[in-house]
Amino acid sequence: MAQVDQKALLEFVLRQGDNTLVLGHRVSEWCGHAPVLEEDIALANTALDLIGQTQMWLGLAAEIEGEGHSADDMAYLRDAWDFRNLLLVELPNGDFGRTILRQFLFDAFSAIYLPLLTKSADPRVAEIAAKATKEVAYHLERSAQTVVGLGDGSEESHARMQEALDYLWPYVGEMFASDSVDQAMAEAGIGPDPAGLRAEYDALIGRVLSEATLRIPEDSFAHKGGRNGYMHTEHLGHLLTQMQWLQRAYPGCEW
Amino acid sequence: MKKEWPLWEVFIRGQHGLNHRHVGSLHAPDAETAILNARDVYTRRNEGLSIWVVEARHISASAPGDKGPLFEPSESKVYRHPTFYDIPKDVGHM
Amino acid sequence: MYAQMVKSTGDAVKSREDMSDDERHFQDKVDANIKVEPRDWMPDDYRKTLIRQIGQHAHSEIVGQLPEGNWITRAPTLERKAILLAKVQDEAGHGLYLYCAAETLGVTRDELTEKLLSGRMKYSSIFNYPTLTWADMGAVGWLVDGAAIMNQVPLQRTSYGPYSRAMVRICKEESFHQRQGYAIMMKMAQGSPAQRKMAQDALNRMWYPSLMMFGPSDKDSVHSAQSMAWKIKINTNDELRQKFVNETVPQAEYLGLTIPDENLKFNEETGNYDFSQPDWDEFFEVLKGNGPCNTDRLNARRKAWDDGAWVREGLLAHAEKRAAAKVAAE
Ligand SMILES: [Fe+2]
Ligand SMILES: [Fe+2]
Repeated sequence: MAQVDQKALLEFVLRQGDNTLVLGHRVSEWCGHAPVLEEDIALANTALDLIGQTQMWLGLAAEIEGEGHSADDMAYLRDAWDFRNLLLVELPNGDFGRTILRQFLFDAFSAIYLPLLTKSADPRVAEIAAKATKEVAYHLERSAQTVVGLGDGSEESHARMQEALDYLWPYVGEMFASDSVDQAMAEAGIGPDPAGLRAEYDALIGRVLSEATLRIPEDSFAHKGGRNGYMHTEHLGHLLTQMQWLQRAYPGCEW
Repeated sequence: MKKEWPLWEVFIRGQHGLNHRHVGSLHAPDAETAILNARDVYTRRNEGLSIWVVEARHISASAPGDKGPLFEPSESKVYRHPTFYDIPKDVGHM
Repeated sequence: MYAQMVKSTGDAVKSREDMSDDERHFQDKVDANIKVEPRDWMPDDYRKTLIRQIGQHAHSEIVGQLPEGNWITRAPTLERKAILLAKVQDEAGHGLYLYCAAETLGVTRDELTEKLLSGRMKYSSIFNYPTLTWADMGAVGWLVDGAAIMNQVPLQRTSYGPYSRAMVRICKEESFHQRQGYAIMMKMAQGSPAQRKMAQDALNRMWYPSLMMFGPSDKDSVHSAQSMAWKIKINTNDELRQKFVNETVPQAEYLGLTIPDENLKFNEETGNYDFSQPDWDEFFEVLKGNGPCNTDRLNARRKAWDDGAWVREGLLAHAEKRAAAKVAAE
């Protein structure tokens, strides 16, 4: 373990934790506003799982950073340029269709990626991944089924889902845009290089989207800049403005 | 008026339970979704359990007037209940 | 309460002599604490009153998600966010259980929802007040859930089986709601001067609206007398309000907060706290739709319902398509 570059390891763990933090936040925005009570409750369960995973990932990040911070400090006291989440998860919810399709696109990746992390050379990573893997398997089952139902539903629901896919598709590629951090993690046996998972991912989402009668856009252009923090969307700042407000306005308080 | 999702009755067997028990109802467009909804609404996702869902309209119930005939005979068979038997203390737990 | 001012027949409670055979048999059953089940015979007014009461209770749970939902994205720590989200999610579950209980009486959830959205059915007055600071999350859990629990615990013994079972489930889940609220209040009351100020401010604003939750005095109300005879109401409004004040005053003292009532004092003779009544004119204005948040709350529910229509229809269309394909294949 000593030879693992701690800066790269921190970066890697932040990528996991910021994804779940930001997506959990987005999903929690639905509470009280979903199309039907059963969905309201299910979305809250997903958000709760993601918040729980965030506590573990950001707790580990704080430990690796070694400056006496807590998971909450990591969530509430970093600025937008410190965040390492995918652009996909910070996009606004849009309608229910876009929210559930984004969830599916993210779940599909997690369902492939997390089981591999359970074999991580870092037992702390393996342990978090083991817990998250079970939750994510269920998220995927649910989001995939809903995507199929809406894609292959009424004329309107089909049109809305296709619109959502067209909108979200350019944000899918970033999941596989690996860099030196991923290579360092692969070499140290911490986690696989996501670039190598694209084929499996395409097969998985291809099956579901075709059952949903949705057409994957041909343009393979991918927006990037979230997972390396180079350039987020404008939306992240607004999300943080809300999420971090109390901690920023009343620093040092216990809540 | 627009059509509503059908109503489903939910039965759950917990980790240590022997039988599926009726826990409540919910709405869902189909059986598959009803199972997922049941998991989200009624289990808050405990593991190792089993869920049955039945569309409410498929459940046949005994008519209220039958209450007497259906249940009274078994009420008289008190010997089916363990407390019917006096076992001497010396025998120990039985 | 979550069901305020539910009207029953409007007539005085019938004497045994005036009852029909069915009615007498029904009342005997209720008196003997035998549950009434959906397919049993029941007086028409019992059914109607229950639909109104359970429906209003369900609406309150759902609209009640909004004031607390207002703070989920601003919760100050990850743990507080998870707790608040789980709590508000529970309220959605409570609404769901109660709508299902109402459905056993021959009304659909959609019918009830449309009545709520068109203003023909009410929900509890309390949810028309705003949540302005994080301390309100404490005050709502502590006072509003506290008041609700006071009413819901006895309702577990209500005569209608499905309602009673829903209340049992709800009470089990409620147990952490009040405590998480009080835990927030403790942190705030022991925190920085700004936090203490928020805590006192929240108590100041929430106190009287919480007292209103029990409804105006109903000791002379025929509606209440009938509902109590049917055991769909267990205590009078004044009894519950007094019990609430008695339990809450020491809790406020422990926090070091002041209840905004100069007349509040312990009465040695009665063993109860004497307290000021809330402004009942304000209460009736809120019921009429003139509370600070009535419009926003209903609009939020309408928007969720309207925006969700295509989702409900789309998923149903898919289910029907698949069922048809299955039949064709057979
Ligand atoms: Fe509740
Ligand atoms: Fe509650």
